[in-house]
Amino acid sequence: MTELNKIKQDHRRFKQIVRGKIKRNLRKYMSQGELTGKQGKDVVKVPIPRIDIPRFRYGDKNTGGVGQGEGEPGDVIGQGDQAPGQGGEAGSEEGEHGIEVDVPLDELAEIMGEELELPNIEPRGKKRIETIREKYSGLRRTGPESLRHFKETYKEALKRQMALGDYDPDNPVILPTKEDVRYRSWKVTELPESNAVILYMMDVSGSMGDEQKEIVRIESFWIDTWLRSQYKGIESRYIIHDATAKEVDRHTFFHTRESGGTMISSAYKLCMKILEKDYPAEEWNVYPFHFSDGDNWSVDDTAECMKILNEGVLPRANMFCYGQVESPYGSGQFIKDLDEHFEGTERVTLSEIKNRDAIYDSIKEFLGKGL
Amino acid sequence: MRTVKTIPLHLRDIIQEIREVAKEEYGLDFFETIFEMVDYKQMNEIAAYGGFPTRYPHWRFGMEYEQLSKSSEYGLSKIYEMVINNDPSYAYLLEGNNLVDQKTVIAHVYAHVDFFKNNYYFSKTNRKMVDEMANHGARIRRYVDRRGIEKVEDFIDTCLSLDNLIDYYSPFIERRRKKERDHDDEPRAREIPKFKAKDYMDEYINPQDYIEEQKRKLQEEAERLKKFPPDPEKDVMLFLLEHAPLEGWEADILSIIREEAYYFAPQGQTKIMNEGWASYWHSKILTERVLTDAEIIDFADINSKVMFSGQGQLNPYKLGVALYRDIEERWNKGKFGKEWDEVDDLERKSNWDKQLGLGRKKIFEVRKLYNDVTFIDEFMTEEFARENKMFTFGYNRKTGNWEIESREFKKIKEKLLTQLTNFGQPFIYVKDGNFKNRGELLLHHKFDGTPLRLDYAQGVLEALQRVWKRPVNIETISDDKGVLLSYDGTDHKQSAFDYEPI
Repeated sequence: MTELNKIKQDHRRFKQIVRGKIKRNLRKYMSQGELTGKQGKDVVKVPIPRIDIPRFRYGDKNTGGVGQGEGEPGDVIGQGDQAPGQGGEAGSEEGEHGIEVDVPLDELAEIMGEELELPNIEPRGKKRIETIREKYSGLRRTGPESLRHFKETYKEALKRQMALGDYDPDNPVILPTKEDVRYRSWKVTELPESNAVILYMMDVSGSMGDEQKEIVRIESFWIDTWLRSQYKGIESRYIIHDATAKEVDRHTFFHTRESGGTMISSAYKLCMKILEKDYPAEEWNVYPFHFSDGDNWSVDDTAECMKILNEGVLPRANMFCYGQVESPYGSGQFIKDLDEHFEGTERVTLSEIKNRDAIYDSIKEFLGKGL
Repeated sequence: MRTVKTIPLHLRDIIQEIREVAKEEYGLDFFETIFEMVDYKQMNEIAAYGGFPTRYPHWRFGMEYEQLSKSSEYGLSKIYEMVINNDPSYAYLLEGNNLVDQKTVIAHVYAHVDFFKNNYYFSKTNRKMVDEMANHGARIRRYVDRRGIEKVEDFIDTCLSLDNLIDYYSPFIERRRKKERDHDDEPRAREIPKFKAKDYMDEYINPQDYIEEQKRKLQEEAERLKKFPPDPEKDVMLFLLEHAPLEGWEADILSIIREEAYYFAPQGQTKIMNEGWASYWHSKILTERVLTDAEIIDFADINSKVMFSGQGQLNPYKLGVALYRDIEERWNKGKFGKEWDEVDDLERKSNWDKQLGLGRKKIFEVRKLYNDVTFIDEFMTEEFARENKMFTFGYNRKTGNWEIESREFKKIKEKLLTQLTNFGQPFIYVKDGNFKNRGELLLHHKFDGTPLRLDYAQGVLEALQRVWKRPVNIETISDDKGVLLSYDGTDHKQSAFDYEPI
């Protein structure tokens, strides 16, 4: 029809290219944490490298320009990367900079799943929450003309004519009567749906520095993104601990720094309390993640941890994940203890995260089992 | 041609009225202009295609569309108007705009079309570009059908990396070298011209150092002729078209991209003038003739939006219109020429009015003959810069801020001119098509004090290599030292290089 729909093709093509770029650069996005700060409700802003066309040009900051307005020499008129007055006119110039593209979180998860070869999660057999979906999949004898089902109507007519012996294969004329007409109608299907809760726990004692927390922040972004694509309803809870544990909001979780000892069991106890109170095991898929640098106060406390995990957390959780972020101060003992205790337990996943570059593989370890 | 809504009757009357006023009363001279009504989605789409809905398929139009749609969804921007330089011209009106907006746009459009038709820098543009673009689209679609979208699009990307490497003035100058060089001259030229002399006198009349001198000159000339190209060439795209080992479809696409670059070039060269001209006339036509009293406030509102410049911004509409008005006033009052220049007395200067009334005539002449560079160069006066509170700014690396640098007239003008010359882009020439005698390509960056952005330069070298198929190089200056950037198809290299300005 009109030529005015041409843009759809070009738009699709653009999105396809963006998708390819994201895929190719996923490891980089994961290690640099570029996306974590750019999350909206359902989309994330992804900076796409070099999707613009390179041309010979000057570096922006070398040129400056001419402006108009009040002010004395030395007055600030703008900050940062963009030179003032580079609004960009539609149609006359190509975008010269790398761009940011809104990518739906679902799509990002899909790309992530493809690239990391993540299996889809089969939610545990507690399909309590049901949603009702209406679908036009049925047929009725009455209905509005707009819903008339052409093919079914003719099928009915053919059936009738054949039954009556009115049908002549040499002259295949089919004439539907009023009784033959069929209309589409909707059917209600009930879809079982599963909810999930992610419990993030983190050691915030002095040895977990900014870099360590940044790694946790990036990991949690990708974990969220993936699990969100697997479950309809997702809740996240955050626990920080040193020698004692408390529940906090997401911001506090990543910005608190305490000093003092570390008693991991305090976090696990709080985790259990939250689970018991708010997330009955038969209705929720449960994902506890714990991040620390691997130091614990005492052997006794470590034993206590194992006990809580064994008796409380594991029976409820789809999977328990422990990420040990390397820090210059930690002994890194805790992962060894866990490994010794839970060796061969499928529902326990341990991952050592040396640095940002290791995030990619760590995510793969955590989510690669499809539990 | 396309499904667009017909213009409602009352608007058609308004278009007719404004057309009459512009033509008969103010003497604007435009191509026939066809207005079409579009909704904002269609407007974004057409804008994404640079005004031509019939263009070839390419992802960047989709990207442009995405960005335009986003920013109009969020209410960050709205395209009011679009007009295509073509005979007849096409212009688009946005459905749902209020009447005063529409009137403003219509008058604005007619002035643009007058500018397209009369400004010298547009004189060589293809006035059947709507057809030509459709033709380009059809050709490229055919290549896509045969070779697949990836391959074709990838090559278009390559060409677009080079599409600013054209010679903006070449449509006006016949500078193509002779196709076949006069090879006959060569053998004779190799003989050294001697003065006639008897043998025994020869070494006096034609002394050894004279002979040496002549030899050297001849050699230099021979070297120059052997060079390829003999002189540096700015139309890099043309050089590639003529000499790069391109397949037929590749050459065709490169020529399409080049042709479109030349078509759009004058719009970039006259942005300030063209927008200024359109703004000048929409204000005049509307306030003097078209608007009812009740509409004046609405007009002031839209006009102030058009003329808005944020802090530190230079709005081409505002600067342009101010300059035309300044010229008009100066030529009305006789504030030009030797007599005026020699007045020192400030009071006399401000009361100066010889009532010449030449203003209108002058601005029509200016719109015909100038481009942004010559416009600013010739007509921007110190008084003007001061009245319009102009300044230069730059980036302060220490603070990470953009700061006002100076209000000195000379600096302002210089910076503005630098920014406008060659669109503020580096000057690049083909220097040698047989560099190192190995068929490598050597480009020259004519250094004017500002270094190239390196990552982009490397990107362009990759594109060049894709076309030239042999290693490519560009000589430039970085950190005050001559440097050669090279790309051989696999690796980028940077080496010290003896930079000689051309």
